[in-house]
Amino acid sequence: MSENDIEIPVLLTTVDKIVNWARRSSIWPVTFGLACCAIEMMAMSASRYDIARFGAEVFRGSPRQSDLMIVAGRLSRKMAPVLRRIYDQMPEPKYVISMGACASVGGVFDNYAIVQGVDQVVPVDVFVPGCPPRPESLIYGIVQLQKKIDKSKVFV
Amino acid sequence: MESDAIIEVLSRAAPASALEPVVAGDGMPTMYVALDQLVDTCRALRDTPELRFAFLADLLPVDYLPREPRFEIVYLLASLGTAGFGETAKRLRLKVRVPGAKPSVPSVSSIWPAAGWSERDAYDLFGIHFTGHPDLRRILMPDDWEGHPLRKDYPVQIKQPVKTYEPLQVSQEQFVANIEAARDRARSD
Repeated sequence: MSENDIEIPVLLTTVDKIVNWARRSSIWPVTFGLACCAIEMMAMSASRYDIARFGAEVFRGSPRQSDLMIVAGRLSRKMAPVLRRIYDQMPEPKYVISMGACASVGGVFDNYAIVQGVDQVVPVDVFVPGCPPRPESLIYGIVQLQKKIDKSKVFV
Repeated sequence: MESDAIIEVLSRAAPASALEPVVAGDGMPTMYVALDQLVDTCRALRDTPELRFAFLADLLPVDYLPREPRFEIVYLLASLGTAGFGETAKRLRLKVRVPGAKPSVPSVSSIWPAAGWSERDAYDLFGIHFTGHPDLRRILMPDDWEGHPLRKDYPVQIKQPVKTYEPLQVSQEQFVANIEAARDRARSD
């Protein structure tokens, strides 16, 4: 029996593929900006760069409705527990993008007050370089994250 | 009104020997005051009718390591003047020298309430104690922080692990009560 013998149209796929497709096509970021990188993040979500093309335009005010946390800016030591708490409140599966030099390695803020890389606080999926990164860079980071999601196994 | 004229007026309230005018590069009236005469001088600056420095614009410590006395505290004062009576607004930079070992300064928050947070800031970042301050806690750094970061001998980097957990600052019952109070306010509006 071939596919042509069935009257209703059928599309064959694997569970992994369709779940990953659903996950990567609507990555909702949590509204969380720490510094000037957040301005570029807002530009990315606005009409000129339009992250809606990649299904990530719905910035949620609550971490409980979000999939992605974009750490946009330098993270102070006093803010680190807050960031961790917001991350803990997000439901699985969740992803983190470290945006810009400060979030990734501390940037120019090589001092006592700033966490030298948010990977000390939350697990990071994609690091986006730049000071601040241009919106295209962040879109590229989100596309890289989508590729990463595509390759993940849903059921282990 | 130059600093000499201010000192002349002040000498009626506080001993003039405690005051020492200096020539500032920007032309702003500037004077040092002895540490033990600080509060009396400040009260006189605020209350003397010719002066009326009622407004503390800023209060900032300076660390002059390795000089001794190590710290200086700068009080930036403003007198707003009385409109229509020939009184013009004037400014004054008042400085006090503070020794480096166990630095302690009498608080002026009873004279200018605006000094409260500035003195907390100076305590937090420079470790200068203000005696008589009503609520001398850290204001910027975490409460359990060690050291005072803006001192010149403070290391630039610290190799401490990052704290990632902090207990909630309100209890569960308090949290619910806050939410309900906000809801009741919104309904009554």
